[in-house]
Amino acid sequence: MKRMTSSVVLAVLAAGAAFAQRKATIENVREIPFSTVPNFLKLPPGEYLGESVAVATNSKGHIFVYHRSANTRLFEFDQTGNFLKEIGSGYYGFEFSHSVRVDKDDNIWTVDEGTNMITKFSPDGKVLMVLGHRPPAVIGVQLAPPGPSVPAQKYIFCRPTDVGWDPQGNIFVSDGYCNNRVVKYDKNGRFLAQAGSEKAGKALGEFNLPHGLQVDGQGNVWVADRTNARYQVLDNNLKPMREITNLGVGWTMCISPGPHQYAFFSNSNPNGNMPGTWDITGEIYKAELDGTVIGKFGHPGKMAPGFQVVHMLDCRNPNEIIVGEIESWRVQKLVFKAGGAQ
Amino acid sequence: MKHLMPALLAATLIANAQDAPEIKFDSVPNALQLPAGLYLGEVGGVATNSRGDIFVYTRTGHPTVTIGTARPFAHGGSRLFQFDPAGKFVREIGKDTYAFMYAAQVRVDPNDNVWVVDEMTNMVIKFDAQRRIAMLLGRKEESVRIPARAPSGTGAGQPTDLFDRPTDVAWDAAGNIFVADGLGNARIAKFDKDGKFVKSWGKRGNGPGEFANVRSIAVDAEGNVYAADGGNRRVQVFDNNGELKTAFTNVGNAQALCMTKGPNQVLYVSNSNPPDDIDRDGEIYKMRLDGTIAGKFGRPGKLPKEFGTVNAIACRGENTLYIGEIGNLRVQKLVLH
Repeated sequence: MKRMTSSVVLAVLAAGAAFAQRKATIENVREIPFSTVPNFLKLPPGEYLGESVAVATNSKGHIFVYHRSANTRLFEFDQTGNFLKEIGSGYYGFEFSHSVRVDKDDNIWTVDEGTNMITKFSPDGKVLMVLGHRPPAVIGVQLAPPGPSVPAQKYIFCRPTDVGWDPQGNIFVSDGYCNNRVVKYDKNGRFLAQAGSEKAGKALGEFNLPHGLQVDGQGNVWVADRTNARYQVLDNNLKPMREITNLGVGWTMCISPGPHQYAFFSNSNPNGNMPGTWDITGEIYKAELDGTVIGKFGHPGKMAPGFQVVHMLDCRNPNEIIVGEIESWRVQKLVFKAGGAQ
Repeated sequence: MKHLMPALLAATLIANAQDAPEIKFDSVPNALQLPAGLYLGEVGGVATNSRGDIFVYTRTGHPTVTIGTARPFAHGGSRLFQFDPAGKFVREIGKDTYAFMYAAQVRVDPNDNVWVVDEMTNMVIKFDAQRRIAMLLGRKEESVRIPARAPSGTGAGQPTDLFDRPTDVAWDAAGNIFVADGLGNARIAKFDKDGKFVKSWGKRGNGPGEFANVRSIAVDAEGNVYAADGGNRRVQVFDNNGELKTAFTNVGNAQALCMTKGPNQVLYVSNSNPPDDIDRDGEIYKMRLDGTIAGKFGRPGKLPKEFGTVNAIACRGENTLYIGEIGNLRVQKLVLH
């Protein structure tokens, strides 16, 4: 009987690990009140968003949503949520979206984990540069799940996840689901350095599914190290500086621009929730860059303002956060009451 | 043992299904009129809203797999069509959504929301009356498995809110959502009206409360849940929390259920013939909720008034039914006499 009990406990623990839920260990964090803008994004009749895994804004406040519908697509909306246009319909680098980010010059960068390609689009949607190389169709269908990673190559990604830039324009890529590294390129896409490798690891400077990446104003590189359930901070040469381990599973993060930067971290509820999972996951934390947590907001839910597996945050304006969700195929604009998010 | 007694009692009360009276009926010609160039495929589901608009979720083609990718991804394969009460085509809903690949079922709730169940993306999609996506349950697997997976999944009583080949959805009067999950898993999952996962019950097997599979569900006005367990040739009846109450073991390969609305509810149960045989099973039973059979109609075949693997029944009233067929790629409108 005793043995049976422990095997049941083990089974439950194993199931919990498989679905990667994690209660944050930080305590006594104050709730930041917020509201969500109803029906924020307005789509043309007959159009739908799919899994809204990637969202970003440009300097005008336009919103870019790189989403998984029947085919992966990139939509642009104006600052009030009206649909403007589609970019890259039928483009070779689009298959399975993972991230979109906008750089300081309003170029739009897409990260696609289906084609293993990162594309830099000009503000009006022309392809300016690509990183990575699409697996050649001529060799046939890849087995799924794929075999072990080959040694990580300088210019080839394996399901990359995110992209960022330092003030000098150097490019940083988190790569990804089947490599476990962060790569630095110069502004022209030439390889400079990497941290981690194709192998997963737990030490500082090693990763197990680096899932999101941002670069702060000092050029330090922040990485959501998801399966290790932490965030790591690397310096500009990718030397590890520190880790943050008390904010639950390290799913995605965002750093606001400007002289006083804030960081936002999402302890997203997992894909695959047991009864009760929603009670201990799903919140987003706001912090100073020195690690001081200011507050938290949000809970899981199918309907707004609930979150359903938050995959990406845009915090260009730290008092108006744009949230992209996997499981509710939705982008929410969260508005914080004046002073509430300070 | 306590659970078994009502089942035994019911079995003794019911006359042999073969002796059930034949119900006379007609099939309305040209029940659905499709525009030129548009075809129905296998009909996973058919349903009507309060106005009588007809919704058909159909396997119009096949999912395509893209290559030259980190993993193989599957796209498309099923479509949702709306017809007016006279059967005239009105529009397509949900074109190119991420959740449409292999049609399982469509149902309309009491508030005229249209719910679609997809057996391959493992999703349940709620469209509101304006055809916006109002709620999503489950999640599509990101990539398609190559080589192919075993067709029948684990059959586990999976502890999470993800599905494996779900087949149907139903609601109780409080708005709680019940998902038949289905062919890969063999369980029923319960969610509250806001989509919060409450619990699930059942696993693969042939004991009380277990399922060979769950191909269809219906909920009566009391909140009891009827699960078509065709592989075990029975319909099992549970209370609102999944406690087994009884089983109807006299209706063959129960594959499609429909519960009428209003007082004196009746349950239609299709003893669907397998897709590879039109010489066995194939009739539909009209049952009272105590498990007795009021009558039966139809037989397997290709002609009007015959059925080819019925997967959906929409009972607008006790005597007006829409029948969705997998074998004959069609919807029939039946009027019972």
